[in-house]
Amino acid sequence: MGKTVEHLEDVTIRFAGDSGDGMQLIGTQFSDTSGIAGNEVNTFPDYPSEIRAPEGTLYGVSAFQVHFGTKNIKTTGDFIDVLVAMNASSLKVSLPNLHKNGIIILNKDGFDDKNLKLSGYDENPLENNLLENYQVYAIDMFKEIKQELLELDLHPKLVRRTKNIFALGITYWMFNRPIEPTVAWINKKFKNKEDVKTANIRVLHAGWNFAENSPEFKKQYSIDKSDLPAGKYRNVTGNQAVALGLVVASRKANIPLFLGSYPITPATEILQYISGYKNYGVKHLQAEDEIAGVTSAIGAAFGGSLAATTTSGPGLSLKTEALGLAIITELPLVIINVQRAGPSTGLPTKPEQSDLLQAMYGRHGEAPLPVLAAASASDCFNMTLEASRIALKYMTPVILLTDGYIGQATEPWRIPSLDELPDINPQYATDPETFAPYKRDPETLSRPWAIPGVQGLEHRIGGLEKQDVTGTVSHEPMNHQRMVELRKGKIEGIAKDIPKAEIYGESKGDLLILSWGSTFGAAKTAYDKLTKDGHTLSFVHLKYLNPFPENLGEILNNFKRIFIPELNMGQLKMIIQSTYLIPVIGMNKVQGKPFKAVEIEEKLVELLNHKEG
Amino acid sequence: MKTIVDEILKIPHVGEVKYTAKDFKPDVDVRWCAGCGGYAVLSPIQRIMPELGILKEKFVNVSGIGCSGRLPYYMDTYGFHSIHGRALAVATGLKIARPDLSVWVTTGDGDNMSIGGNHFIHTCRRNVDLNIMMYNNEVYSLTKGQYSPTSHKGQITKSSPLGVLEDPFNPSSLALGAGATFVARGHDKDRKSLQMLLKRSAQHKGVSFLEIYTNCRIFNDGAFDEFTNKETAADNTLWLEDGEPLVFGKNRDKGIILDGYNPKVVGIDNGDYSIDDLIVHNEKDSTLALILSNMTYNEEMPRPMGIFQSIEKPSYDARVEYQIADEIKKKGEGNLESLLLGESFWEIN
Repeated sequence: MGKTVEHLEDVTIRFAGDSGDGMQLIGTQFSDTSGIAGNEVNTFPDYPSEIRAPEGTLYGVSAFQVHFGTKNIKTTGDFIDVLVAMNASSLKVSLPNLHKNGIIILNKDGFDDKNLKLSGYDENPLENNLLENYQVYAIDMFKEIKQELLELDLHPKLVRRTKNIFALGITYWMFNRPIEPTVAWINKKFKNKEDVKTANIRVLHAGWNFAENSPEFKKQYSIDKSDLPAGKYRNVTGNQAVALGLVVASRKANIPLFLGSYPITPATEILQYISGYKNYGVKHLQAEDEIAGVTSAIGAAFGGSLAATTTSGPGLSLKTEALGLAIITELPLVIINVQRAGPSTGLPTKPEQSDLLQAMYGRHGEAPLPVLAAASASDCFNMTLEASRIALKYMTPVILLTDGYIGQATEPWRIPSLDELPDINPQYATDPETFAPYKRDPETLSRPWAIPGVQGLEHRIGGLEKQDVTGTVSHEPMNHQRMVELRKGKIEGIAKDIPKAEIYGESKGDLLILSWGSTFGAAKTAYDKLTKDGHTLSFVHLKYLNPFPENLGEILNNFKRIFIPELNMGQLKMIIQSTYLIPVIGMNKVQGKPFKAVEIEEKLVELLNHKEG
Repeated sequence: MKTIVDEILKIPHVGEVKYTAKDFKPDVDVRWCAGCGGYAVLSPIQRIMPELGILKEKFVNVSGIGCSGRLPYYMDTYGFHSIHGRALAVATGLKIARPDLSVWVTTGDGDNMSIGGNHFIHTCRRNVDLNIMMYNNEVYSLTKGQYSPTSHKGQITKSSPLGVLEDPFNPSSLALGAGATFVARGHDKDRKSLQMLLKRSAQHKGVSFLEIYTNCRIFNDGAFDEFTNKETAADNTLWLEDGEPLVFGKNRDKGIILDGYNPKVVGIDNGDYSIDDLIVHNEKDSTLALILSNMTYNEEMPRPMGIFQSIEKPSYDARVEYQIADEIKKKGEGNLESLLLGESFWEIN
């Protein structure tokens, strides 16, 4: 039928519809299939915080965005290339972010009077000039599906419910995605519901065939395979990766895992995943509150477990006092804070990086602890392992910062084999002859881990200051000074045991981008774009925030200007300025949304055009 | 799923398992005030621990903040002096992680009824196998004399110079209402009974809550005199003995009958009532336990002492173990490789 094929580097597609339209489902299928097709993928689910928002409304729109392409897919896509809109509200919500001349695949059925009224459109956008700058495919999906499923004699409700799969079929045709993985998924998912299974598979093919046979659809798009290292891959969210990281860390260390947590958005999924790992011997407590979450974990740590607690900002505030206890008792503990926009309840489903100062300094007394931050969804796995390793080796609580963005975003993850992951070797004390509760390892300054049940090591720990070495209660002035210094020195010494900061670009120059946490994707994309365009600048991303990598000061001193984009009002900026006594140019966004790469890029262009002496 | 912890715990115990109270006394000075009720509780604990047939290294004493919080330092066992109100949460995590341990929690009326109230009710509800000993002196002592959640209405303290306006918690009713399986009360002047109660509490599988009236000589001296002095105790207290009629009084001439739902004091030596009319205590009867516990602040009633309730239910920590064992039986021991692969993966060559 004279179809043409256009080659593209990357595409951002957004599936948007009503909460009940199954957008998360087809978004996930599209992203899994794109991974299988050999592309890099980055996704983000965007759904209402209401559990069952009223049908057809603007605030009931549920969307799933997939950014896929051949290389450097590190964000969920700044602008939408293809929008699948199942009703009027979903069109209205998504349109501002659609590229000019972008593609819209519309479900006509969702633009009836009722839907138009709920969306607040005065006129039907299919009938006025609102969409004249876009390539619009308005399809009566229900009519097509009805015809396809006629002979199956199904309940109309069931027929209507397959329209998401029809839309998925169209997009599979458009980007020439393999259809088999989704067929296999449908077969598995509905294995006991023959009619649902048959209907969905037929409708998926019908969507494909509709586009193939329609004279309207003239163009298919091809995206080259990515040059990814060989191996097994899956899509993983940050929250999933943390849960897997905890289980793997406990296995690598060969010790039991305990999670004490209280449900809180957007961290709850970690607790849910862990609760499903019972046949891995994992223990968890859904605690009565955030404080019981962390203190039960501290109890489990005293008993010899790799203990963890998961939370978000307000929960971290509640756990604060207990962190002091973990610091003074020098017990290993992993705290995962999936940051959200605050203060208080704030924007509970939206990301922010505004707990950095809380994680670093938000405690009473002199209470340093290591702070780590994951750069992306799959990096949550690595950093959970790192947090566990450091906690166990240095007998200290460690805070790992992720956020609501990477917590729920997915990206393909090359599944590591256990052998390639670093070893974790916790040291338990067993010898009563040499044991003293605060007798430190001279190299790490960490105290021995003596767990109840070992004969002859009976000892007491607690929140009161203890005598160096012996661990008896001590109020002696110089002893407190010494213990505070030892605890500080122990954390500072970890700098020797973490990777040095890696620099992209020249190691000396005018402008350095310094990013941390989930800002990595947007910052790196902007950096890549600008260097490709011929600009000179350098880039460092931080995953270790306390202590900083040993070489960070040296790197920073080699640049005239340091630029830090972050989703807060300048928290890393403040720390860098006070630590290294150098000025920093900040870029601060607090809108409950991650950075777009282009926002950072524009700011950098502005800086590059205004060189200062 | 054997781990290093299992390996360490396999190291055999050296020497005979025969302890005396001395084995549980560390080489430190006890720093409670002279005459503090705390001493009268510490020594029975040190005396009964050797009798329980548990290896010394398996005991852990956990505490919160307050005068009671110091107890772990005075026991030569593993100990954890945690933070205010959180002892039960620390102990819960420890017991779930390490069900092989005998975990004891020492707390106070401020620590457990006020700042730690939430953990207390949930520990009772879950029936975690912990022995909770709550020193109740009806005052905040370590902060030097403010009223507590068990102070009585009108009590004059440093933070209630005109008298407390609140009604107190009745700890045993709170524990029963929250689902505790073992609930008892004793006091610091009756060492023999206290020892018995501690032992029963330790032997109980599941949560044990023992409230101990503990005199604070400095900030609330004599608070419990009417229930603890030799001259007045018999008339003002009722000792609960399983299977026995509820008789009390110096001359054993009074008893408790049930009038509708309400307990009532009657004489049994004047011909109106006999011992056969009295309630017979039954530790397994949860309804009766609440009725008896609710006598606590009723001035017409003697103060009940002893075991209100002792019933059997699987403990939370045991349920965790069953669930894991059951899941392993159903699905087989988890294979890490398949966990990482997840439900949908693909291969790139």
